[in-house]
Amino acid sequence: MTELFTQPIPWYVAGPLIGLMLPLLWVIGNKTFGISSSFRHACASMVPSKVEYFNYDWIKEGAWNLKLVAGVLIGGVIAGLTNAGDYTVQISEATKSELTALGISNFTSLIPLEIFNWSNIVSPAGFVLMILGGFLVGFGARYAGGCTSGHAITGLATLQKASLIAVIGFFIGGLITTYAILPLILN
Amino acid sequence: MRFILSGIVFGFILVKSEVVSWFRIQEMFRFDSIHMYGIIGLAVVVGMIATMFIKKWNVKDVNGDPISIKEKDNSKTKNYIIGGTIFGLGWGLTGACPGPMYALIGSGYLIFLIPTLSAIFGALAYGYLKPNLPH
Repeated sequence: MTELFTQPIPWYVAGPLIGLMLPLLWVIGNKTFGISSSFRHACASMVPSKVEYFNYDWIKEGAWNLKLVAGVLIGGVIAGLTNAGDYTVQISEATKSELTALGISNFTSLIPLEIFNWSNIVSPAGFVLMILGGFLVGFGARYAGGCTSGHAITGLATLQKASLIAVIGFFIGGLITTYAILPLILN
Repeated sequence: MRFILSGIVFGFILVKSEVVSWFRIQEMFRFDSIHMYGIIGLAVVVGMIATMFIKKWNVKDVNGDPISIKEKDNSKTKNYIIGGTIFGLGWGLTGACPGPMYALIGSGYLIFLIPTLSAIFGALAYGYLKPNLPH
């Protein structure tokens, strides 16, 4: 039983479970699955402004969404507490050798700790990956009206043309980062 | 409470299935493994089947109201391609989309407070700039 909590979940189990988030949220509250709108609600709650984009009843429209992301955070806590000590992600050898060529040597975590750490925030690579990267995620998700959950999963599952275009955009951006920007700023 | 519980399940799965891993996102953009494609693909298929049954059986929510599946505005393609590409640039850099950002903070990677706050700031910047952006 405890193994259920300590073992990684294989992709073919995780995918269907994530897909079930859609009917779950529809049935328990008539809400359409999406995470990045939480960024908008967070802004609307904190910034008293006359900016049209943040001028709406964030409690009425967003409270459920902020509860959902609070849950995601708690889910992360439970997953973190039940993870075995040094956790190595079993990525493919091809990716591993390409990342090694970019100067990444520590694979003993979910993320490359040699880049994602507090003392690295002001280094060029750390700044681009953490601060600029985060900014682009938030800016782009709101510009596109959704992120991976809202567009790639919900939008594609409900056959929205808009989401297909957005997902193509996700990949254009991701490929530019992977093949042009990362080699430039890492190593 | 039901939304918090749903979030807990989702966050737990995101971490345990390694969706939150920067390494897995790198692997995805290098087309070196089925892992992320399998997860997103199966989620889409299951979501599609669920949507079909919800429509077919006129499933109601817990309050007895008919389920309203929000349609995206399909007329403004500029938003989706420009916004999507910007999002993709950030996804490749941080190795995390919004859900995993929250889950990573929870699972002990407090450094992800930085990308998450940046993302909220990015949404703020979008709100201010929206009237001047192509849509």
